[in-house]
Amino acid sequence: MSPLHETLPHGTAVHGPGSNPWRGLPATGLAIIVVIFASSLAPAQGYYLNILMQAATYAIAVLGLVVVLGYCGQISIAQAAFFGLGAYAVALGTVDFHINFFVALFIGVVLSGLCGLILGLGTLRLGGHYLGMITISFQQILTLVLTNWIDVTHGPDGVRNIERPRLFGISFEDGNTYLALILVSTVLVTLFVWRLKASRFGRAMQAVRDNELAASTSGINVYGTKVVAFGISAVLGAIGGGLFAGGFRYISPDQFSFGESIVLLTMALLGGVTSPFGALVGTVSLVLLPEWLRFLKQIYLAVYGASVILIMVFLPDGLWGFVDNRMRKRVKPVTGTVPPLPLLAQTGEATDEPVLVVEDLAKYFGGLKAVDGVSLTVRRGTVHALIGPNGSGKTTFINVVTGLYEATGGKITFVTHDITTLAPHNRNRAGLARTYQNIRVFRGMTVLENVMIGAERQGNDVAHDPKAVVARALAALDFVDMRGDAHRLVGDLSYGHQRYVEIARALASSPHTLLLDEPAAGLNLTEKVELGNLLKRLKGHGLTIMIIDHDMNLVEQVADHITVLNFGKRIADGTPQDVLSHPDVIAAYLGEPRKNEAA
Amino acid sequence: MNDFLQLVFQGLGIGAIYALVSLGFVLLIRAASVVNFGQGEFSMLGAYLLVVFFNMWGIPYLIGMALSVIIMAGFGLIFAYCTYWPLRFRGGLPVIISTIGASIFLQNMVLFLYGPSSVPVDDLFDTPGIQIGEVFLASQYLAIIVIAAALVGLQYFIFEKTLLGKKLQATSQDKEMASLLGIPVVLMIMITFAYSSALGGLAGMLVAPILFVSVNMAGIITLKAFAANIIGGYGSIPGAILGGLALGVAETLGAAYISVPYKDAFAFLMLLAFLMVRPQGLFGEKISEKA
Repeated sequence: MSPLHETLPHGTAVHGPGSNPWRGLPATGLAIIVVIFASSLAPAQGYYLNILMQAATYAIAVLGLVVVLGYCGQISIAQAAFFGLGAYAVALGTVDFHINFFVALFIGVVLSGLCGLILGLGTLRLGGHYLGMITISFQQILTLVLTNWIDVTHGPDGVRNIERPRLFGISFEDGNTYLALILVSTVLVTLFVWRLKASRFGRAMQAVRDNELAASTSGINVYGTKVVAFGISAVLGAIGGGLFAGGFRYISPDQFSFGESIVLLTMALLGGVTSPFGALVGTVSLVLLPEWLRFLKQIYLAVYGASVILIMVFLPDGLWGFVDNRMRKRVKPVTGTVPPLPLLAQTGEATDEPVLVVEDLAKYFGGLKAVDGVSLTVRRGTVHALIGPNGSGKTTFINVVTGLYEATGGKITFVTHDITTLAPHNRNRAGLARTYQNIRVFRGMTVLENVMIGAERQGNDVAHDPKAVVARALAALDFVDMRGDAHRLVGDLSYGHQRYVEIARALASSPHTLLLDEPAAGLNLTEKVELGNLLKRLKGHGLTIMIIDHDMNLVEQVADHITVLNFGKRIADGTPQDVLSHPDVIAAYLGEPRKNEAA
Repeated sequence: MNDFLQLVFQGLGIGAIYALVSLGFVLLIRAASVVNFGQGEFSMLGAYLLVVFFNMWGIPYLIGMALSVIIMAGFGLIFAYCTYWPLRFRGGLPVIISTIGASIFLQNMVLFLYGPSSVPVDDLFDTPGIQIGEVFLASQYLAIIVIAAALVGLQYFIFEKTLLGKKLQATSQDKEMASLLGIPVVLMIMITFAYSSALGGLAGMLVAPILFVSVNMAGIITLKAFAANIIGGYGSIPGAILGGLALGVAETLGAAYISVPYKDAFAFLMLLAFLMVRPQGLFGEKISEKA
């Protein structure tokens, strides 16, 4: 269909977030050389060595918080507990059981990860604060166990003479070499966390953070994503703790208390929780801040508490966010041509083949029958409009069809599969995409990233090729004419443009059927005309569309078939001409006919 | 059996304290969506004010208490102004962190001013208590239970029977609608902060003769208020009260029959059990977001 196909040799597609496998590796190599060199200059023992080791091991735990809180938006107040699990595994493993340092560390990491998974599986189905609450409990219980189970943990006296490891014949007994080991680990974890953000899973986490409902209807398993994010943070906590134990060679329960969890959380937020570099900045600042404030003698912790409030008030994005916002370069437009949406190359006429068959669908909220036994059939390649007065159950209908609400009764069949009880992300993976009446975009992410989440839908043809994902996302942006804003944050765009991003996100996923919930809501007149043109451009390519709207003008222009709801029941169904002249529809939707017209 | 009744009585006394603090905690969640990590500090400050007025300055006990409650109400406003007001449009997390900052600040200021040792405080009444059968009802525990019951009754009356109560309820249910109806939402939120702080302070004074007054009381009381709140049902007022009582009884019985060092673990084990099995708590409702 388009000559653009030939202008793009394979493999030269434009780069987007996460599509370059070498990204960050040169800087990491350099950082490793620098930290090894720096460690050789550090004092072999004493106060400054301790400060360095504390900052580096805490940083790893704080990077875990960046993943769970910064990327995924879930509050964990038990990072010191996971840190402690790693530390105690190394301490007890090397001192009491005489096992290899790295084996003990590995056991601690597995144990911590398992605890994280169990806690996460139990609570992450629920709202945001529940994880916070359960992690507080876990934190308290762990502290009590470490203090009171003296036979195993040595109790409040703690564990002494923790061993440092040997690896490949190198002994890390010496303070400098052990510091080098810790710092290299910190650099590698930073690289991992940084690259994770631009990965497919990283985008999934951020989508969950920004809008859980939209994430679920964009094919993301919200619950699974949160559990894995929390698991990663628990694992990083344990790695930091294990290295901490080897560094200080002595640990006691009070180092892993609730208060320390709060300190780790504060480090993450102070630095800027959405960036691994923020975590590093925050950790170093808060390890040093009490040291700098020591001249204040006893009152220094009070000043520290007050500083936390001041930082929250005056540096909302943390220290790193403050720097980053000011240094952010003018965003470069994405150049290069990409193949247009494959949809546009297809031609397809409206057919009689049923795609979405809804039978006797019901949704009750207590006594309110929002949808009451509605049946309809959407046929392949048609534009099917669902109209009705406010409160007639249109949006509820879409929410049940896309799985956000559980059906009270009835059956939904999508391309011959019964999807009535499927989770929203699985319905999306089957090819059902939607937009929302009150726009749901991922506000903390760029336009391109938003649309990439659509393109990455499991089951999409490009899903497993990062470069093709970027190309598909750009093609969708080209279609809605938003390429120029690809690198802007969605939250900064106007309402109408956010709606286009939402439509592009759905189109990039190459949906089988597209559900548009009041796409014209909140748009001004010009924007409505543009939207109408956009919908007309989508017609005739075989895409099945179901549209809800109040704008009769728009509906009449694009619809092949109309279903009318009122009070949760279907009152008419048929071609636009039949339905719009149906007396019940005119009465319910357009008002009672005037006497002279009826005559 | 008599031991058991004795323990239940003591558990209810401690539980009534948890209930009062948890009540203040829940009211803030409802009125301002603030999860206050400094709730226990209200109790700690209240108790220290009593120490200053009664132990140090020799002001009569009841007058000292009344003064402390008034000061704590004022303190609630200052607390709101510093931790909540500048961050009120930024979502839940920044406010949580700033209340954590306030908690660190307040604990360390008190530590700086009064040192780390626990201060004993006299009971509210001189009589040690009443003996009923083989159960001894200590006067301080009785006082706690009676005052807590009276406060809960008073609050019920204010919330259900007065215009102020209706306005407070409207604010907690839908701030936007309430303000459209001409309810001064900001004033309502500030009243809630003052009340929550005064309630926490009073609970701290009541429990002071039992736990003694120390900096450490703040953290543990905050955590118990959390636990009571989840057990009762997140954001539920009757839940906060019953959750607090249940928690007090459970940990007193657990300490007596199972293990003293793990006394505090029972609260959190109960909390874990509730989160896993019945996360909406005793009275909570399942809340789902509208699409």
